Amino acid sequence: MNTVNAVVQGVLLGGLYALVAAGLSLVFGVMRIVNLAHGVLAVLAAYGSLLLGEHLGWNPFLSLLVVVPAMAALGYALQRALLDRALRGGELAPLLVTFGLAIVIQNLLLETFSADTQRLDVGAFGGASIELTDGLAIGWFPLLAAAAGVLVIAGLGQFLARTRTGRAMRATSDDQEAAQLMGIDNRRLYAVATAIALGTVAIAGVFLGSRSTFDPSAGATTLIFAFEAVVIGGLGSLWGTLLGGVVLGVAQGLGAAIDPAYGVLAGHLVFLAVLAVRPRGLLPSAVTA
Amino acid sequence: MTGVQPAAGATRPAGTTPPKVRRGGRSARIGAVAMVAVVAVLVYLPFMSSRGTQIDLVGLFSLVVLGTMWNLLAGYGGMISIGQQAFIGIGGYGLVYLATNLGLDPFLAVPVAAVVCGLVAWPTSYLAFRLTGGYFAIGTWVIAEVVRLLVTQVDAVGAGSGASLTAFSGLDPVFRIAYVYWMSLTIAVVVVLGVYLLMRSRTGLALTAIRDDPTAAASSGVAVDRAKRLVYVVAAAGCGLAGAMIVANTLRVQPGSIFSVDYSAMMIFIVVIGGIGTIEGPLVGAIVFYLLQDTLAELGNWYLVVVGVVAVVITLVAPKGLWGLTRGRVELFPVGYRVGPRG
Repeated sequence: MNTVNAVVQGVLLGGLYALVAAGLSLVFGVMRIVNLAHGVLAVLAAYGSLLLGEHLGWNPFLSLLVVVPAMAALGYALQRALLDRALRGGELAPLLVTFGLAIVIQNLLLETFSADTQRLDVGAFGGASIELTDGLAIGWFPLLAAAAGVLVIAGLGQFLARTRTGRAMRATSDDQEAAQLMGIDNRRLYAVATAIALGTVAIAGVFLGSRSTFDPSAGATTLIFAFEAVVIGGLGSLWGTLLGGVVLGVAQGLGAAIDPAYGVLAGHLVFLAVLAVRPRGLLPSAVTA
Repeated sequence: MTGVQPAAGATRPAGTTPPKVRRGGRSARIGAVAMVAVVAVLVYLPFMSSRGTQIDLVGLFSLVVLGTMWNLLAGYGGMISIGQQAFIGIGGYGLVYLATNLGLDPFLAVPVAAVVCGLVAWPTSYLAFRLTGGYFAIGTWVIAEVVRLLVTQVDAVGAGSGASLTAFSGLDPVFRIAYVYWMSLTIAVVVVLGVYLLMRSRTGLALTAIRDDPTAAASSGVAVDRAKRLVYVVAAAGCGLAGAMIVANTLRVQPGSIFSVDYSAMMIFIVVIGGIGTIEGPLVGAIVFYLLQDTLAELGNWYLVVVGVVAVVITLVAPKGLWGLTRGRVELFPVGYRVGPRG
């Protein structure tokens, strides 16, 4: 029963990992850069929600109405002010800039909020659960968080498949110069992509912060788990990323069921095994990303 | 300093002198003399300075080694790693394990620990090299986390709480600190000179080509993966030396700090601020970082904020860093050749 429980919890957690990873993949797909500040930005969103809760008494769900647009706006500004410039500086510059940014934001959070662990309070809802059988219960909140992850990923997929902007993003991902010749304003497109990525990561950050505790350094593991979900699932495939998140979540759950210290390690080992045996991931996309 | 003659039989217009291809120049000769003088002073330093100064300077030497190694990876190999703390940690723990648990002489244990780092890096590179660019960066970080989590499980080296280096206990602190200082100075000099010689060699030329365009380098016959793997293994051994230096200096190793990603942040900031892709850059960057760390010490974590902002601004505005301000007119470590008029 313990094992089944670990698998179920892992699947639910995987949805959230995939949600963080979706933004990482989107930015990589469109601009070919890996935003190393992605994880710490999720944590920033969680702290934003924490402030709204402390000062205005807002529930984390309500805070999403403010945090998500604010993070999206931050993404737009960040792309225009910093990352566009970094993109012109060659291959290394975006990595150096986003890593520098991650260290700056993390230490600003540390100075502002201290290293104390925090947790967003979703109220009585946080503890409620559905008892399936004896000893196996699914919490309402983890279920909702996973559902939110799946919904956002499905929405993102529909956006990329059906809208004009989404089509422009796929075109830019395939061939940036050709897309530009077809009249696509790639700087605006980049800013929109980063805005969407930070909007989704804000949702992920608030859910992760309500699910378990966080502190200013939590961005590191958030980034690593998202990255592992992307690689396990296969670069460039949104549904692959969801599968990757679930595999990672289950591995962590099973590892932790053996010994709490092995949870994260088990996730890493599964990632390394996939990298060794199936470097293109479990569900590789037809187009190489 | 060495002239290369144009190929025999090359035709040139009558009455013109052949151009001279040279490496180095006055700045390199003056620089070499100055650097020998600085090293000589540093060697003599323990006879006229406090123990605190020596301990501080070992910190600076480790920054020099770390910056030089990260520059070798990113500036010459084109690989951004944020997981070098894996090898800093293996070097530090290796020293403690070899000296305390196996009874090896600690000064011998330091190079052995570095060799262990290289041996670990070699198979690891096959996994890491399946990723490129930013994903390679995070991949190295995952590997570092795996190493940290595994070491935390080993009771022989104190598991989660760490271990102390007790092998020096028979030694008078005055001698111990001076010996560790000399060892660290030697390591820093050997590492910088080693990278200089590597970059002057055929491999160095291949690495420069790979950094500028890996596809073009491969089609010109450069064994890209082999050259990158060599760099990765060498950088791992170098970071292992730095880790062993740090532990020999502080006498304590603890998984949370020796495997901290802050080391990667430091290395990146040192290289970016000093100037990526030059041998002088990390030296300048290490000194600047060391001074900043000292002056901003009372600001706590604000110093990482300040240094981070400086690094981001430099990357965007002056990507060649502080050493780039010399615009290539001053070369302490001449690597490339220049063509100029004879005379």
